[in-house]
Amino acid sequence: MIRLEKRPEPSRAFSLATPLLAVVATMVFGGLLFIALGKDPLTSIQTIFWEPLFGEFAFYYRPQLLIKGAPLVLIAIGLSLGFKAGIWNIGAEGQYIMGALFGAGMGLAFYPLEGWYIFPLMVMAGGFGGWLWAMIPAFLKVRFGTNEILVSLMLVYVAEQFLASMSLGLLKNPEGFGFPGSRNLQQYESAYNADLIAGSGMHWGVVAAMIAVIFAYVLLSKHRLGFAIRVTGEAPRAAKFSGVNPTRLVLFCMGMSGLLAGLAGLFEVSGPAGQVTIDFNVGYGFTAIIVAFLGRLHPVGILLAGLLMALTYIGGDIAQSNLGLPAAAIQVFQGMLLFFLLALDMFTNYRLRFGRAEVA
Amino acid sequence: MTDTPLLDLTGLTKAYPGVVANDSVSLAIMPGEVHALLGENGAGKSTLVKMIYGLVKPDAGSMKMNGEAFAPAEPRAARAAGVGMVFQHFSLFDALTVAENIALGMENAPKLNALSQQIRDVSDTYGLPLSPDRVVGDLSAGERQRVEIIRCLLQEPKLLIMDEPTSVLTPQEVEILFKTLRKLSAEGTAILYISHKLEEIRALCDGATILRLGKVVGECVPAETSARDMAEMMVGTVLQTPTRAGKTPGEVVLELKSLSAKSQSAFGMPLRDISVEVRRGEVLGIGGVAGNGQDELLAALSGEMLTTPGMILFQGREVGLLGPNPRRGLGILTAPEERLGHAAAPDMSLTENAMLTGAAREGLEKGGLLNWGAARQFAEKIIAQFDVRTPGPGNAARSLSGGNLQKFVIGREVLQRPELLVVNQPTWGVDASAAASIRQALLDLAENGTALVVISQDLDELMEISDRFAALNEGRLSPPRPAHDLTVDEIGLMMGGAHGMEVAHV
Repeated sequence: MIRLEKRPEPSRAFSLATPLLAVVATMVFGGLLFIALGKDPLTSIQTIFWEPLFGEFAFYYRPQLLIKGAPLVLIAIGLSLGFKAGIWNIGAEGQYIMGALFGAGMGLAFYPLEGWYIFPLMVMAGGFGGWLWAMIPAFLKVRFGTNEILVSLMLVYVAEQFLASMSLGLLKNPEGFGFPGSRNLQQYESAYNADLIAGSGMHWGVVAAMIAVIFAYVLLSKHRLGFAIRVTGEAPRAAKFSGVNPTRLVLFCMGMSGLLAGLAGLFEVSGPAGQVTIDFNVGYGFTAIIVAFLGRLHPVGILLAGLLMALTYIGGDIAQSNLGLPAAAIQVFQGMLLFFLLALDMFTNYRLRFGRAEVA
Repeated sequence: MTDTPLLDLTGLTKAYPGVVANDSVSLAIMPGEVHALLGENGAGKSTLVKMIYGLVKPDAGSMKMNGEAFAPAEPRAARAAGVGMVFQHFSLFDALTVAENIALGMENAPKLNALSQQIRDVSDTYGLPLSPDRVVGDLSAGERQRVEIIRCLLQEPKLLIMDEPTSVLTPQEVEILFKTLRKLSAEGTAILYISHKLEEIRALCDGATILRLGKVVGECVPAETSARDMAEMMVGTVLQTPTRAGKTPGEVVLELKSLSAKSQSAFGMPLRDISVEVRRGEVLGIGGVAGNGQDELLAALSGEMLTTPGMILFQGREVGLLGPNPRRGLGILTAPEERLGHAAAPDMSLTENAMLTGAAREGLEKGGLLNWGAARQFAEKIIAQFDVRTPGPGNAARSLSGGNLQKFVIGREVLQRPELLVVNQPTWGVDASAAASIRQALLDLAENGTALVVISQDLDELMEISDRFAALNEGRLSPPRPAHDLTVDEIGLMMGGAHGMEVAHV
C-alpha cells in the first residue's frame, strides 16, 4: 500500500525540481497524445521546443519570444502577489482589456497631435484602467465579503463586451471604411510602442516586465509589505496577530495585479497588436495564471516560466502550420504543464511511503 | 474480587519511525480497580490505550483479558470484549439530540424511544443528569462528556478508559464525575484513568503506573504518595517550584472599563461588561472553562479585535482602536493560545516568526525594509535564552514539538520587555520542567515591573503564579480576589459552578 506522509520540513530540493519534472512529464504524455493523433512525437516536441529557438527561421521567432513573454510575465507577477496572500484575481484578462481600452483611448484622443508626453499619458491611463477594473471585485470583497474569484472572472466577460462595443463604436476608425477596429497606433508615431532596437522584439512592455520582476523580488524578500503578503498566505490568523490589515492587503494586491495587467494590455495594443479590435485579447490574462504557478509564485521563476510558455505558444503555432496539429492539442499540452506541476507539488510537503498503513 | 486481573499487559512494545512509543510496558488492572496512567505529554500513554482499544497493533508483547488472550484488531472487537473509551475530544454532532448521537455510535441501535428510556435509566443509576431529547449543541462541555460516558455505559463495559476527562470540567463537575466513577468501580467495572492532574489521581485512584519516554518507571498507591513525588517520577528530575519575592504592586497599567464586544467568530462568546485593573508587577490570573470568552479577551487586548476606545485604558491612554502594532509600540504584548497558525506561521522559519511580532520593538525594520540579519539574531537569542530545542533558526515552526514552540512563542514576547504581557494557556501541552521555566520567566517579568494577565485552564498553574484571580464565565469576568486564600470550592463557584446542573444523587 502506498500512502502520503507529511514531511516535517518542506523539501527545498523538490520545490526547485518540480517545474523541471513537470516539463519532462508534459513532454512524455504530450508525446503520447501526439502519437494518438498520428504524429511523430519526437518531431512534434522538437518543433515546439527547438524550432523557435534554433531552427531555420529562429531570427523571426526569437523576438516573438519577448513579445509573447512580456505580457505573460507582467501579468503573472501581479497575480503572484495576490496568489501568495490567498487573494485570487482570476480576471486579469478583463483588466488587460480595460488597460488596452483606456490606454488606446487616451492616445486616440490626441490624434493627430504629436508630442513626447502622449505615450507616458497612455501608460498611466492603461495602468489606471486595469487598476480600476480590479478594484471592483476588491471593493466588493472588502465591503460586502463577495468572492473575488467569481466577480473578477465575470468582469472578464463584461470587459469583452466593452471591447466589442468600443471597436464597433466609440473607438472605431473613422477612416476605416466601416470595418470594426480603431486606428492603427503603429501608424501614429507619438502613440506607437515601437521596438527599442529595431527587430529585437524589445519594446517598452519588455522593459516594464523586467522592472516588475525586480520590484516584486525586492518587495517579497526585503519589504514589510511583501512579508505581510507571505504571512497572510501561510497563516491568516498569524498575519492578523502580527498587525497586517487584511482589507488594505486585498486592495493592494488586487490593485497591483490590475495595474500590471492593464499595463500589459496597453503595451500590447500600442505595439504588437497596433489597434483595438473585437478579438484583441488572446488569453494572456488566463495563461498568466499558469505562468504564475509554473514559476512557483517566485519572481525569477515567473520570468523563466513566462518565456517557456511563450515558447510553447510559438512552437505550437509552428506545429499547427507545419505538422497540422490541431490548436486544441496545443492547449491540452499547455494544460498538462499546469496539471503536472500542481500534482508534483504535493511532494514538496509530502513524501510517499510504501508498506502497510497504521490504523488511526 | 478474584486474583485474576481483568486486563493483564505483558511487554507491550510499539515503535514508530524514529521513536519507541512503548517499550516493553507491563501493567495489570483488577476488576473494579481505578488505575491511573500517569506521564508527561509524549510519554506513551495514548499509544498504550490505543493498543488496548484496538486502534493500534503492538509490535511485540501480549494482552490478556480475564486470563484469555486478547488482541483486538479494531475498536469494534475491543468494544465487544467489554472495553469502552471516552476520548479527550468528543465526537458528537451538534445538530442532533443526545439520543440520536448515541444511536449513531451503536452497532444495533434500538428504536429511539427504547434507547431514550435506556439513557434515562443509566443516567439515573449513575448520577449523570442528562435528558436524551436535548440537542447536543446546547450542552456544556461537562454534559457532552456525560453523553460520551453514557454511550460507553450502555455497552456495559468491564473496563472503561478515560483520557484526560477533567480538562474541560469545573471543580463541581469533576466531583459529579468522580462520584459516578466510584459507583462504577464499586459495581466491579475497572477504570483506566489517564491524567496528569496529580491531586485528582490521589483522590480517585487505587493504583498508578507511571510512564516516561515509553517505559514504565514506577508504580505507586496514589493515596500514599505525595503529588510532588509522583511528579518527580514523571519528569525524572527534581522539580523547581517557581519562586518570587512578595512585592507591593505599583500604579495601574491596564484598566478595563465595562469592556463589551461581540465575538468575531460565529460560535464565539461575546465579552460582557468586563471591568478590572492590573498594576505594575502584578499577575492577574484568569480561569474559566474554555470557550467562555478567553480568545475574545485576548483579541481585544492584542488589538486583533477593536473596541470602543474608552473601554481599554493603558497607562491612562485609550487604546481600544489601536491595532496590534501600535499597541506593541506602547508595550502591550500578547501570546495567543493557538501556537500553530495564530502565534506562529507553521511553514515559516523561526527567523521569520521572530520577525512576526518583533519587527517594531526589536528594531528589525527600518522604513519598511526588513533586516533579516537582526531577525535571525533575535531568533537565536530566544532559542538560547529559552532553551528551545531546534537545529537552528532556519527551521520551520511546524518542525518543533509543541513544548519547544511554546517556549519560543512566549520567549519572543518576554524578551521584548513588555509593559503589559497577556498570555493565554502559556504552558498548554508543555512538559513539567519546561512549564516551570516558562512560569518562572513570567514571574521574573512581574518582578521587574511588568503587569501580567495570565489566562489559563490549569487552576494549579493559576494558583501558583497569580496575585489575584478572576474567572471568565459566559463572557463575564468575576470580581478578582486575592489568590492566596481561595479554596477550590470558591474557585468553582467563580467559574460558574456546575453550569446550573444539580449535583448527582448517588
